[in-house]
Amino acid sequence: MDDKDQAMKCSQAAPDVETGAAVADRDVAQVEGEAHRRKPEKITLIVHSGDFDKLYSAFIIGNGALSMGMEASMYFTFWGLSRLRRGRLASGPLSKMHLLGLGKLMVKRRMRKQRVRPLEEMARDFRELGGKIFACDMTMDIMGIKAEQLHQELIDEYCAVGTYIREARESTVTLFI
Amino acid sequence: MAEIKVDCRGETCPVPLVETRKALRRAQPGDIVKIVGTHPSSKKEIPMAVEALGLSLLGIEEREDGEWTIKIKR
Repeated sequence: MDDKDQAMKCSQAAPDVETGAAVADRDVAQVEGEAHRRKPEKITLIVHSGDFDKLYSAFIIGNGALSMGMEASMYFTFWGLSRLRRGRLASGPLSKMHLLGLGKLMVKRRMRKQRVRPLEEMARDFRELGGKIFACDMTMDIMGIKAEQLHQELIDEYCAVGTYIREARESTVTLFI
Repeated sequence: MAEIKVDCRGETCPVPLVETRKALRRAQPGDIVKIVGTHPSSKKEIPMAVEALGLSLLGIEEREDGEWTIKIKR
């Protein structure tokens, strides 16, 4: 028997040194530890639309996911990104029945009556619950938007498609809004 | 052990769920979080969140006027 064979034999024999009970205890501890450390499920939303109602959908879903124990990322691009400019979060039109602003006025009035939380507060809730917001830097270049024009306090990272893919790859749910 | 009260009466989706989560984040292990609300779907969905978070639901009560109270142990 050469040295290599001897080494293999030793490594195979090593677990037998422990008693069965010790091995079982360790396995249970490992399983419990892993369950504890297991990463929560994740949702990633692409916010492409800047429409008022779609921004609501995005933040309601994002906040709902965080509230139910998931991680959540929102990737803002194109018209969605332009809503991250200071004071513009709720300035988009309705996706349907906008009626030159009349439809939106009616919807906003009904929302107030039903005590629907304003978008700005929903965005703060999203951050408070640990949600991450990513801003597409290509859109910033195309639209000539500078970081200082954006709600920088909401944004985690200025990035590109690779970051979205990294987030989406780790997610069990991803939506394009 | 503290009891944290969350009043979501008159609030709609997703506020009761979000406020529950915020309160649970503030709570220490062993604390009780008590949420009062009127939004019907939240009465069903807060227990779903409790289960997903692996916490214990201590009870759900509902009055005739639709006001409900949910108790959760952190």
